[in-house]
Amino acid sequence: MRPFSYERATTPAAAALAARARPGAKFIAGGTNLLDLMKLQIETPAHLIDVGPLGLDRIEETPEGGLRIGALVSNSDLAGDARVRRDYGVLSRALLAGASGQLRNKATTGGNLLQRTRCPYFYDTAQACNKREPGSGCAAIGGFSRQLAVIGVSDHCIATHPSDMAVAMRVLDAQVETVNAAGETRAIPMAEFHRLPEDRPHIDTVLPPGDLITAVTLPRPIGGTHVYRKVRDRASYAFAVVSVAAVLQRDGTGRVAFGGLAHKPWRVEAAEAALPQGAKAVAAIALAGARPTHENAFKVTLAERTLAAVISDARG
Amino acid sequence: MAGELELSRRGVLMVGGASAALATVSPAEAQTPPPDTAPTQMAVSFEINGADRTLELDTRTTLLDALREHLNLTGTKKGCDHGQCGACTVIVDGQRINSCLSLAVMHEGAKVTTIEGLGTPDDLHPMQAAFIKHDGYQCGYCTPGQICSAVAVLDEIRQGLPSHVSASLTDRPRATNEEMRERMSGNICRCGAYSNIAEAMAEVAGARA
Amino acid sequence: MKFDQPAGQNAIDQLKVVGKPIDRIDGPLKTTGQALYAYERHDVQARPAYGYILGSTIAKGRIRRLRTDRARSAPGVLAVVTAENAGTVGKGNFNTAKLLGGPEIQHYHQAVAVVVAETFEQARSAAQLVEVDYVKAKGAFDLAEAKAGAGDPKGGPEQSSTGDFAGAFASAPVTLDETYSTPDQSHAMMEPHATLASWEGDKLTLWTSNQMIAWSKGDIARTFGIPPENVRLDSPYIGGGFGGKLFIRSDAVMAALASKASGRPVKVALQRPLVINNTTHRPATIQRIRIGAARDGRITAIGHESWNGDLEGGSTEVATQQTKLLYAGANRMTSQKLAVLDLPEGNAMRAPGEAPGLMALEIAMDEMAEKLNMDPVEFRVLNDTQVDPEKPERPFSTRQFVACLRTGAERFGWSRRNPTPASVRDGRWLIGLGMAAGFRNNIVMKSGARVRLDGQGVVTVETDMTDIGTGTYTIIAQTAAETLGIPVERVVVKLGDSDFPAAAGSGGQWGANSSTAGVYAACMKLREQIVQTLGYPADASFTGGRVRAGRRNVTLASLASNGPLVAEDFIEFGNLGEKFQQSTFAGHFVEVAVDSFTGETRIRRMLAVCAAGRILNPKTARSQVIGAMTMGVGGALMEELAVDTRHGFFVNHDLAGYEVPVHADIPHQDVIFLDEVDDKSSPMKAKGIGELGLCGVGAAVANAVYNATGVRIRDYPLTLDKYLDRLPAIA
Repeated sequence: MRPFSYERATTPAAAALAARARPGAKFIAGGTNLLDLMKLQIETPAHLIDVGPLGLDRIEETPEGGLRIGALVSNSDLAGDARVRRDYGVLSRALLAGASGQLRNKATTGGNLLQRTRCPYFYDTAQACNKREPGSGCAAIGGFSRQLAVIGVSDHCIATHPSDMAVAMRVLDAQVETVNAAGETRAIPMAEFHRLPEDRPHIDTVLPPGDLITAVTLPRPIGGTHVYRKVRDRASYAFAVVSVAAVLQRDGTGRVAFGGLAHKPWRVEAAEAALPQGAKAVAAIALAGARPTHENAFKVTLAERTLAAVISDARG
Repeated sequence: MAGELELSRRGVLMVGGASAALATVSPAEAQTPPPDTAPTQMAVSFEINGADRTLELDTRTTLLDALREHLNLTGTKKGCDHGQCGACTVIVDGQRINSCLSLAVMHEGAKVTTIEGLGTPDDLHPMQAAFIKHDGYQCGYCTPGQICSAVAVLDEIRQGLPSHVSASLTDRPRATNEEMRERMSGNICRCGAYSNIAEAMAEVAGARA
Repeated sequence: MKFDQPAGQNAIDQLKVVGKPIDRIDGPLKTTGQALYAYERHDVQARPAYGYILGSTIAKGRIRRLRTDRARSAPGVLAVVTAENAGTVGKGNFNTAKLLGGPEIQHYHQAVAVVVAETFEQARSAAQLVEVDYVKAKGAFDLAEAKAGAGDPKGGPEQSSTGDFAGAFASAPVTLDETYSTPDQSHAMMEPHATLASWEGDKLTLWTSNQMIAWSKGDIARTFGIPPENVRLDSPYIGGGFGGKLFIRSDAVMAALASKASGRPVKVALQRPLVINNTTHRPATIQRIRIGAARDGRITAIGHESWNGDLEGGSTEVATQQTKLLYAGANRMTSQKLAVLDLPEGNAMRAPGEAPGLMALEIAMDEMAEKLNMDPVEFRVLNDTQVDPEKPERPFSTRQFVACLRTGAERFGWSRRNPTPASVRDGRWLIGLGMAAGFRNNIVMKSGARVRLDGQGVVTVETDMTDIGTGTYTIIAQTAAETLGIPVERVVVKLGDSDFPAAAGSGGQWGANSSTAGVYAACMKLREQIVQTLGYPADASFTGGRVRAGRRNVTLASLASNGPLVAEDFIEFGNLGEKFQQSTFAGHFVEVAVDSFTGETRIRRMLAVCAAGRILNPKTARSQVIGAMTMGVGGALMEELAVDTRHGFFVNHDLAGYEVPVHADIPHQDVIFLDEVDDKSSPMKAKGIGELGLCGVGAAVANAVYNATGVRIRDYPLTLDKYLDRLPAIA
């Protein structure tokens, strides 16, 4: 870990301004991913702006009947919020399926969206990784890729996004609110927030450098049965091999997004129309164009079967 | 594809400024700071096990290393230093966290309870006593983290917070074996004392109920 | 004390203290965080400097150029040690690869430098400033590829043959010929390898985390070319080992070098992402098993071959070991072949040999039972043997194998198992029961101890024996208390210091039996001293803290009122182990549920029935077994070091990538110990238990998965990707 200076932020706009003023600065909130990466010198900020004091830790109802979740609301608090449990069960479930109790107490809503891949080659600084070191290559391609992406991949990167929460946010059509150094705010739909790797896998999201996430908003509840089904090798405290976030209505329609398959939460709205026909029909559309490796080809089957389990459970 | 890559590289002097995630502030082309920048020292004050402590620390010092290396509170263990084992679990402002993934300077004014603050050999916390009775440990290295977590888990259940295995998100959870096992899963015990830990927790939970 | 005749009635047989499930005496310290592990020895060194190890980023080749000037000039740095300035650094007898690499590199993450600084943060940061130019050499990293070229290990062929295996197998009416594979596995103990080193003149002290103090003291001396008497190791608490801390590792060597170079006490812990490739692992195996049987189920031919890889000069993973002894059959063969691989060093991990060997053999037995249309328990019972099948003149000292299986079957409800696979459902879950035999040889090792009786009547036991979570502190206290007739609270146990008498150490499940026998020997010597003093050797009794001999009836404390009484002795073993085959036995029973949609496997119930001699403390012994069962679940369902066969390293080298079981994976576990005393094993009449608990568990899980799904997987771990496409079709 390189030396860094440290300051506590006072307001969101001031934080963004401070960030612009200091080259090599980064925001730190929970720190559960950033410090992990700093210890390995995968992240090497020269300055940390602790946004903890900003107080963005409230969950408020919006005039539209939805919820506005402060960026610093912890994963535990979000999962435990009575309104989220009642109206956005898929989100509670996704959060509770992630990480551990200790990590959820520290990890924040904004930080969860911005966590980086768990690709083991990204984590080993001796290995080629275009995400960590642009242009160095991708050791994961042709390497140990069982956990890695099967769709939306490029010749430069087959990393997945590790978040469970983001998959639920995607299925709920959440929006990410940001502020920049000029004090301008933006709302970015979850659908657009995370990128595919293409030829710039080092850029995970569309968030411009220096901009700060202030909140995530959820539209008004859509009812239905909320399910988050996470498949992993051990029963807990592991990243998803495949996960499915779904909100299913009585008439068989609904929404579905997949985790563990791609560089971003994977939702294909066109495929949702096939939900009444069952998992196979949805998967055929949602996973068309999958380019798995020989080690992770099973994920395509697993995604379909997991969705089938979700539909089966929802129907009771 | 990428094929055989020549990985003979000059050490690990790598370019680190290229990433854009985690609200990266630096543009991708930002200069990597000179690596031998002098460390920054900062003062931090917190309450550890009921006592006010002020330390002057390198900003890089984790809460875990502040406890272990600066306060001789070595009951909190370093198993992985990356949030993957739970041995470093402490209770901060009433919530259990991994002290390895938190900077000490981020805890100005915090109240920290470590295993030493829960009880002593002559005055054991009920959870410590239950671990001894049920042999909920072997090598002992994960044990302080397990105990801190176990104490916090029973609190979380009492507060009515759901878990991954709760059948309903809206009903109050109960301290069942399945609930406790799920909630304790962030504390790895390679000696495999899980079955006994669950029994120790059940005894404490039952005594409280 | 020489143990060369079966033990008669002795002090241990009183069982007033031994055999009781008393709480661990180290429990209050461990549960309150007061037990100090190697990196925490602020009791002996208040302000050590910090060392941080840099590992090689290539698997094989050499260092072309190494520059340390930037690291040296970084803030707080006191020294940087590499092979260029370390002086002569040799290699211990127990190490295959050198612990300091350079210029030659033998494996990925082999240590190439240690940076010493005033603080941990400074050392870690400066380590990244060491610049190393490597020249990569081509290596062999793929066992499946290297298998064809595998040969005999350095000590000569490892094979056995009895009768006419080939002929009997060819003519057997029912046969099985299958190949199984087990992956590389990591010990993943919770405390990373760590050492605090300090030199005083030419004397070196290492406060470290090590299972085998005497071996390691010798290897430190050998590595640095110094006399053993100039080396002291101290290892009172060890945060798990499982074989990974049997030998000195780079933390010890680099801490010593760092201390020498900096003139300061220095502590070094291996950073977790370095542990897996820097240290040892259980090597992967490929195993071929052939079994031939008559139609009545009697085995007529049994053959087991195993292949594994290791660095040049390494050794075999003796996966065929149990097959020589577990089942009857007149015609038998085993063979072990070793391929040279340039992966990190393979070595012992809990139950080396039997653990992976039984993972294969006990699936094969399950398959064979099915071919014979026999119940798996009955098939094993039918093929029990009470003698060494290779040397029928050698009986087992005790062998309650059949009782383990029968008791387990009854207690587990085995009769409710549906032998037709994939026929039991619980909602979405496919339910299966599986069982397997557990077997592990009992090894005995010379072991010494010193006991001191003081004027307060307190007995202090000193031995370099270690407690790696095994309960050693407690069973040694029980042994001394029993032998000397005092309450366990009057015994102080000091372990892990090489200045104490050399003991068996913790390995090969020999520790409990051997070390307590050594303590028994020392206590008996103390008793002799006392009765000699009292003059009535024949009828002395030691009870309630008093000695009664003839007309004398005195407290132990009074005998030491003029100064402590000290006795030292060791147990050494004659040839009873050659005359009698000493082994431990278990029956493992498992119920699994496999999600019919996703293939996720969850353990619902587990039972182990063990026959392993006298159980010295049922509480700590049970913990050994449940812990081993937990590790067995890991081996069955998730544990695998992923080999990058291009670059030659284990890719998933941290605790997020290398998954071991968590709380949620493990249900309540049941353990039953059969009553047993083995008078041929030691005066304690005990045997090992800590590894037995692991042996066979993996296969029991695998067999249960088969029973649940009808899909037979012969390639561990049984991750869902291996059978997903063979689960019931979904709507």
